[in-house]
Amino acid sequence: MAEKPKLHYTRGRGKMESIRWLLAAAGVEFEEEFIEKKEDLEKLRNDGSLLFQQVPMVEIDGMKMVQTRAILCYIAGKYNLYGKDLKERAWIDMYVEGTTDLMGMIMALPFQAADVKEKNIALITERATTRYFPVYEKALKDHGQDYLVGNKLSWADIHLLEAILMTEELKSDILSAFPLLQAFKGRMSNVPTIKKFLQPGSQRKPPLDEKSIANVRKIFSI
Amino acid sequence: MSEKPRLTYINGRGRMESIRWLLAAAGVEFEEIFLQTREQLLKLGQDGSLMFHQLPLVEIDGMKLVQCRAILSYIAGKYNLYGKDLKERALIDMYVEGISDLMQLILMFPFSPPEAKEKNIATISEKATERYFPVFEKVLKQHGQDFLVGNRFSWADVQLMEAILAVEEKVPSVLSGFPQLQAFKTKMSNMPTIKKFLQPGSPRKPPPDENYVATVMKIFKLD
Repeated sequence: MAEKPKLHYTRGRGKMESIRWLLAAAGVEFEEEFIEKKEDLEKLRNDGSLLFQQVPMVEIDGMKMVQTRAILCYIAGKYNLYGKDLKERAWIDMYVEGTTDLMGMIMALPFQAADVKEKNIALITERATTRYFPVYEKALKDHGQDYLVGNKLSWADIHLLEAILMTEELKSDILSAFPLLQAFKGRMSNVPTIKKFLQPGSQRKPPLDEKSIANVRKIFSI
Repeated sequence: MSEKPRLTYINGRGRMESIRWLLAAAGVEFEEIFLQTREQLLKLGQDGSLMFHQLPLVEIDGMKLVQCRAILSYIAGKYNLYGKDLKERALIDMYVEGISDLMQLILMFPFSPPEAKEKNIATISEKATERYFPVFEKVLKQHGQDFLVGNRFSWADVQLMEAILAVEEKVPSVLSGFPQLQAFKTKMSNMPTIKKFLQPGSPRKPPPDENYVATVMKIFKLD
């Protein structure tokens, strides 16, 4: 009897959201333990549960895994979302690094001063439409398949969908010049596990509100 | 006849150094192209050689790989430095990601203003001695083996060795409280491929100096 993975993080998206997406897309049920105050984080640290004193931390298969990328790579490998060989894995890794950079920029926004934030939103929009989305649009165009790598659903597709939705929250028409990405978004949203995750009541987290931002600052001392 | 991997970057450590370390440790010879002008970088972008218009770029096995982690993962996988199964790979990934966070401080250091340098060295020293090195000291002590994962040489060992030497350049006595890491450093230094990489004339690059910083600012337009 396999235990469900258990996620330790705050009640928001942050670095844990990509992990929630990947588990959900893989059809894996998981539990969550939320860090609501600084004492909760301190307890995890004092317990020796956090290898580098940081979250995210995911208890899975007898391990207390930390480091977002390590966790995502493990889940992708375990649930066959990492390509069929080394070369496909390399393509998935490259694509995921791009969407990671893009989402990282967006994740930092709530913690920035108003003028910096405004400047960065413009930068994110520019990067999304000139550096990142063109790459994925071209990949889909070049091979004409439904998925980014190897004609099969992979971590790269799930990560790209998450990035698209996150960027659309900033600018709703961000995909206007990318017809294939629009079609991709439609297809991916209808994958049963993903469709379920996109419905209200799932473990998907909303964007941070003011109160949550203040709490996160307090918990992580930023 | 397989071609040698070809690395495109500037003539300095930066984000390519970990890749040079890993290839060298794996005993793989490689070629290097050093960019000197911004125009060369832009041209590569226009050629379609750079997926996200960024370096490093490594041409290997018919692919133009970008993004450090993707490149390092591929090399580790190809040359059997990535553990024997998913769980060992998970451990290697965790260790490498942690070390990478420490290396990020070192990477950014040359670009910090003069007045912040002393504080940044203190931060590097603190993070190394309180957050990162204790983890690996404990790992080595607990299993008593020569290598971090699976009793076998892996990417994690190479990355840790690189980090130890990089931090020592800033904080010479940083290993004083870590006897296991001192022994580890000695063992790694004596591995034939690493020993060769540590000798003068190898592809290993010197610590960043003002010239390097100026070149980076110029080519990547960071000013």
